[in-house]
Amino acid sequence: MTVLSTRNLETFYGAIMALRGVSIDVDQGEIVTILGANGAGKTTLMKTIAGLMDPEKGTIDFMGDQIAGLDPDRVVQKGIALVPEGREVFPYLTIEENLRLGAYTRRDSSADDLDLVYEYFPILKERRRQAAGFLSGGQQQMLAIGRGLMARPRLMMLDEPSLGLSPLLTQEIFGIIARLNAEQGVTMLLVEQNAHIALATAHKGYVLEMGRIVMAGSTEKLRASDDIQEFYLGRTGETQRDQKRWKRRKTWR
Amino acid sequence: MELLQLMIGGLANGCIYGLVALGFVMIYKASEGVNFAQGDMMMLGAFIALGFGNTDQMGLPFGVAVLLAMVLMFGIGWGVERVVVRQIFGQPQFALVILTIALGFVFRFVAGSIWGYTPLVLETPFAGQNLRSGGIVISLADLVTIGVTLVLTLALWAFFAFTRIGLAAQAASQNQMAAYIVGVPVMRVNSLIWGLSGAVATVAGVLYATRGAIDPNIGLLGIKAFAAAVIGGLGSLPGALLGGLIIGVVEPVAGRYAPGELAKMSPYIIMLIVLVTRPGGLFSQIQMKKV
Ligand SMILES: Nc1ncnc2c1ncn2[C@@H]1O[C@H](COP(=O)(O)OP(=O)(O)O)[C@@H](O)[C@H]1O
Ligand SMILES: [Mg+2]
Repeated sequence: MTVLSTRNLETFYGAIMALRGVSIDVDQGEIVTILGANGAGKTTLMKTIAGLMDPEKGTIDFMGDQIAGLDPDRVVQKGIALVPEGREVFPYLTIEENLRLGAYTRRDSSADDLDLVYEYFPILKERRRQAAGFLSGGQQQMLAIGRGLMARPRLMMLDEPSLGLSPLLTQEIFGIIARLNAEQGVTMLLVEQNAHIALATAHKGYVLEMGRIVMAGSTEKLRASDDIQEFYLGRTGETQRDQKRWKRRKTWR
Repeated sequence: MELLQLMIGGLANGCIYGLVALGFVMIYKASEGVNFAQGDMMMLGAFIALGFGNTDQMGLPFGVAVLLAMVLMFGIGWGVERVVVRQIFGQPQFALVILTIALGFVFRFVAGSIWGYTPLVLETPFAGQNLRSGGIVISLADLVTIGVTLVLTLALWAFFAFTRIGLAAQAASQNQMAAYIVGVPVMRVNSLIWGLSGAVATVAGVLYATRGAIDPNIGLLGIKAFAAAVIGGLGSLPGALLGGLIIGVVEPVAGRYAPGELAKMSPYIIMLIVLVTRPGGLFSQIQMKKV
């Protein structure tokens, strides 16, 4: 079943067109990753879906509802949680208050979800009375993910969860992301600079360039593609060794 | 004895500065700017209570009149955010300064045209009553002022610390984007804060009016209250109250023992000293690094 599908999304910053007709689909239970260089429009896509920015054109279908242009609180209520780039925790509130705010739009009890978050992130339980600003970068990322889970989302969007983390911590965070997907069935849309780990964790992927989707497919297929190999995984094959870089054209252009 | 007497009166004055300063801080946290009409909101609140309560006006019982004035001023604060402040959202802070200065003029004009410019006295149940103990005389109005301030401050603290909306308001003031992300309707919360600060200003105004006559220019007291808010750190509710109390106590003591001009300047001298020695104010939140 398709949870989210966008069609021809166009989003602007003033006169700058950041999304130039983006169409993606996310199915129930999947992890879908979006690869792309800095400035490609990945964050803009997530902000547009979350209702933080309104698209100029295009549609966003979520579980059968049109959600393009809804206010962010309505989007959260519909079941989309964003774990934003740079974590964005509430620095002077305690960890538990941060988590409780994740459930802000819910009318039902979120006690079970708090237990679940603490089960996946025991360090948060240990430090639950401390101000979030005192956490390390990795712990703040855990808090941001936990806060997203508290909304009990049908779709969780993660924007560069490895940003600024050590390779070891990145492994740990992605291990938990994979477990949440496998054990709790959380559908995820994942933006990541680290293409290796993103392609290893996700089922399906899109490549975004200059606000356009230029490639799509299963992660096996993407991993096998020469362009991905060269531009995102940083490997150069034997045959390309003596070709001048500027001569090589990406096949999708 | 005389010093003690002076200090109790100063404490009561300081409570009023502190309450107006609380309004400054709440709005500073919500709209990221200073509401220079805060003093005039206090004035308007006092006049509205007078309009409801005084016998030659509507003649309602004192408590009812104050409650109605608070409700009305809540609506006015709420409406100001809803209709005016929201329009300049995203503009430089300066826009809000200009806007609220203009708003202050409007409030003074409205009060002046309804109630005139000659000082009026709010009728209160405890006018002119004094308590004597030992060598000191304490006016009932002073005691009521201190007591009400205490209760109101505690209530505000409980609101921000323990209610769902209070927590959301704190969240929105700490990280607006994150507040939107978790689904806090930030704009609606801001309107509520403006409403609350209108209600708090009304209480401050009524307390002020229990201690003397009022005219449309009493809002100038807001400048001293602003100094109090800056002393407290402009981002801290307990700091604002403390700043108000400090100014309130120092003023009469300086007036008694120091040359007159110096006494008048004392709030601003304290503000400058605090700004130079602790630029973040007395209660600046410890800067935590955002990793
Ligand atoms: N606040 C902004 N104002 C103007 N342009 C912006 C803003 N944020 C992003 N952009 C532009 O939009 C494009 C996409 O940015 P973004 O979505 O942040 O990319 P990514 O997340 O893929 O690195 C970039 O070209 C960037 O310069
Ligand atoms: Mg980004």
